Amino acid sequence: MARIGVFVCHCGENIARTVDCARVAETAAKFPGVAHAVDYTYMCSDPGQNLIKEAIREKRLTGVVVAACSPRMHEPTFRRAAAEAGLNPFLCEMANIREHVSWVHEDREVATAKAIDHVRIMVEKVRHNEPLYPIRVPITKKALVIGGGIAGIQAALDIANGGQEVILVEKEPSIGGHMAQLSETFPTLDCSQCILTPRMVEVASHPNITLYTYSEIEEVEGFIGNFEVKIRKKARSVDLNKCTGCGLCMEKCPMKKIPSEFECGLGARTAIYRPFPQAVPAKPVIDREHCLMFTRGKCGTCAKVCPTGAINYEDQDEIVTEKVGAIVVATGYRVMDADLYGEYGYGKYPDVITGMQFERLLSASGPTTGEVRRPSDGKIPKKVVFVQCVGSRDNARGVPYCSKICCMYTAKHAMLYKHKVHDGQAYVFYMDIRAGGKNYDEFVRRAIEEDDAMYYRGRVSKIYEENGKLIVKGVDTLSGLTIQVNADMVVLATAVLSQEDAEPLAQKLSISYDEYDFLTEAHPKLRPVETNTAGIFLAGACQAPKDIPDTVAQAGGAASKVLGLFSSDELEREPVIARVNEETCVACWRCYNACPYGAIEKKEIKDRQGRAVRWVAHVNESVCAGCGLCNAICPSNSVELDGFDDEQLYAEIGALSNE
Amino acid sequence: MTKLGYYPGCSLEGTASDYGISVRRMARALGWELQEIEDWNCCGATAAHQTNHLLALSLPARDLALAEEQGITELLVPCAACFSRLVHANKAMQQDPETAREINDIIEMNYRGTVSVLNLIEALQKYAMPDIAGKVQRNLSGLKVACYYGCLLLRPPKYTEFDDAEQPSSMEDIVRALGAEPLDWPFKTECCGAGLSMSNTGAVVDLTHKILENARHHGARVIAVACPMCHSNLDMRQLDVSRRYGKYNIPILFLSQLVGLALGVSEKELGLKKHFVKATSIIR
Repeated sequence: MARIGVFVCHCGENIARTVDCARVAETAAKFPGVAHAVDYTYMCSDPGQNLIKEAIREKRLTGVVVAACSPRMHEPTFRRAAAEAGLNPFLCEMANIREHVSWVHEDREVATAKAIDHVRIMVEKVRHNEPLYPIRVPITKKALVIGGGIAGIQAALDIANGGQEVILVEKEPSIGGHMAQLSETFPTLDCSQCILTPRMVEVASHPNITLYTYSEIEEVEGFIGNFEVKIRKKARSVDLNKCTGCGLCMEKCPMKKIPSEFECGLGARTAIYRPFPQAVPAKPVIDREHCLMFTRGKCGTCAKVCPTGAINYEDQDEIVTEKVGAIVVATGYRVMDADLYGEYGYGKYPDVITGMQFERLLSASGPTTGEVRRPSDGKIPKKVVFVQCVGSRDNARGVPYCSKICCMYTAKHAMLYKHKVHDGQAYVFYMDIRAGGKNYDEFVRRAIEEDDAMYYRGRVSKIYEENGKLIVKGVDTLSGLTIQVNADMVVLATAVLSQEDAEPLAQKLSISYDEYDFLTEAHPKLRPVETNTAGIFLAGACQAPKDIPDTVAQAGGAASKVLGLFSSDELEREPVIARVNEETCVACWRCYNACPYGAIEKKEIKDRQGRAVRWVAHVNESVCAGCGLCNAICPSNSVELDGFDDEQLYAEIGALSNE
Repeated sequence: MTKLGYYPGCSLEGTASDYGISVRRMARALGWELQEIEDWNCCGATAAHQTNHLLALSLPARDLALAEEQGITELLVPCAACFSRLVHANKAMQQDPETAREINDIIEMNYRGTVSVLNLIEALQKYAMPDIAGKVQRNLSGLKVACYYGCLLLRPPKYTEFDDAEQPSSMEDIVRALGAEPLDWPFKTECCGAGLSMSNTGAVVDLTHKILENARHHGARVIAVACPMCHSNLDMRQLDVSRRYGKYNIPILFLSQLVGLALGVSEKELGLKKHFVKATSIIR
């Protein structure tokens, strides 16, 4: 005999304003099987939960219905309370009378009647509920970090230093990411490479970190604690075990004029190359698109000069499979193509460059060894114009969001330029200065007040070349005057975009992404490093434009989530999974084909002599996500979903129709 | 034979009659048949869209509806202002059924959106390029031409859907095919002052001076345009510019006149004698 308790919550005024909660409780008390019904201001509060616990004990309740908010909010709260009072937590259900009733209706009568119906439905369901027990699955205590920029490096090191194993996958030949390209960093002006390279070295030598560079994620299967990842190790054509990194091959390579990606096209590299001197690993890779051995079938210089025989033109891509328990996505960002803005003449005038190119001009390891020299003729520019928001906050041609880092790095550029060219003048065109952050606004003020950067609040309308000068036409909206600067060089602060392959990667991982392909956090405030897929976490600019301090903080957050997950040996999973009735299953395999998680297996039924008699479908408990597709598609009604079986659902519908 | 609908608009019948004459003559030389819309009306130009949004759409919409009724599928609109109004109305009605219904109610016609509107450059790109080079009768080699687009041919790009609004190059392609030498100059899309010519002549003189100066600086012998307004400001106001800033003598040619010249049509037939700045005897 069912003895169900109904607990109606007012949620302060949220529910009580439109629903007569006392009447809901009074009516529910008369439903068949209901032994107890009360209403209370805040059921989720301690006293509210105690009401439930006491009732379970005193009235010997066999089930609980809490009529309150969405189960997404407080189902875990009430199920925990029920469990504490000795009731199986899956015998506690919620009727949502807030989001589904009080927040969407105005008429008190109608709302109250609907709330009563909701309670009636859930009482019928609970009457048919069975106790369920959590499924325990083992956790593979090894993490995968995708992306070897500062975000991935930090996350990998934090996890590895926490005593767990990490696999770090980077698609480029070296780790380091964009941070390796930067000159100095705001707001302290410490040298980017100087603070980054020790961490890169630490990654390479850490006993807990396995590094796959020049590798990409091919396929991801499985679930939290038990992912199986296929990694494509792209053919490097250089045997990392034999190569000593002596660099002779790069010296002798005849292809010397390939625009270097690391130098943003301002410098050249060879066909066998490492992106930059401090690369990790410090061993080269052959770029097959430019190598003569691959384009014309002859050359072989690098193989001839290599003292250790490390060159292997026959090298093939290799797929390795790794089992991991958690994944941190740290794939970073790219910057927008500046040639979207024809009026700025990027691509037409060599001295109109992007902020990233200016970083390389400032960098001591860059193509000009840190002297600011313009690309066209190598002269030191005496007037440099910086244009902010090229693509950012531009609904018409760019993206509507603020790229967040440009105000700061432009101030840094203006400052560093003045430090290197003392008689030079920097001009900055800006829309607003967004310098929120510790010591950030002070930094921008320093650029203006101490380093004499001329800031104009306004846009640049056009840039063109006249008599060897770049004529920059803009407006200063504060004085209302149009401005013309006859500049020697122009630097465009282009918008931060998501990586080009962010969408396919997100689909491989089954995580969500926004309309700009930035990966989406589970909750913008309370779960900023988790994704909606359990066991997959985010770090850095793959989630949104972010500066280095924020990136490092988020990477540490993601690492601590991974370490938290790895702190126990087993993971408890909700037991809401599908089950197959082997007696009636006819092995049509519709469920097998329909299951998006690959949770249905083919199982052989054997007789007592061990001979195979027939096949049936079987659900892998640890893979099943409880989506119910197999349940719906099964033509012989042989699949049931625990917690949502046919009997329970019919009872819910019956509750309404029998009224 | 290429058959195109033709909407001259008021300018090509009046102040820019040389544009109208030369477009028709050029079309004949290219073997195009132009079918003028019967009973066409004003496109509304700037006056209408400063007055009333629906009026600004309805006036050109009636022209489009007439064109459709008269069996025209492609409509040549040489005037840049007319082109702008007609593509605006066309896109507005093609993209939003609600707007289409509203405008059709006003004009008491039923435009279904089947007409596509071409400016002069587009028509030449589509129906004269690239084999126009083979039809050239006059040697234009060495003639340095600054192609000037102005604003309305290219903007707003989501309506005009034609060339790069900031760094256009389509007129240059045509001029090159004619054997002349198009210049790379940065003021192709600078503002000429447009309608301020009457109300604030001083501003127009300043603005056109900048364009003329830049063209001259880059060695332009002539400036080619495809807009009556640009033409009037650069040609008619060149005298005022000369008075204020010193002598300028840069002939301003409609693209149709330049094409006509290349194809061997006489200067008189192309209306070249109607210009303020002497435009005859450019080619000897």
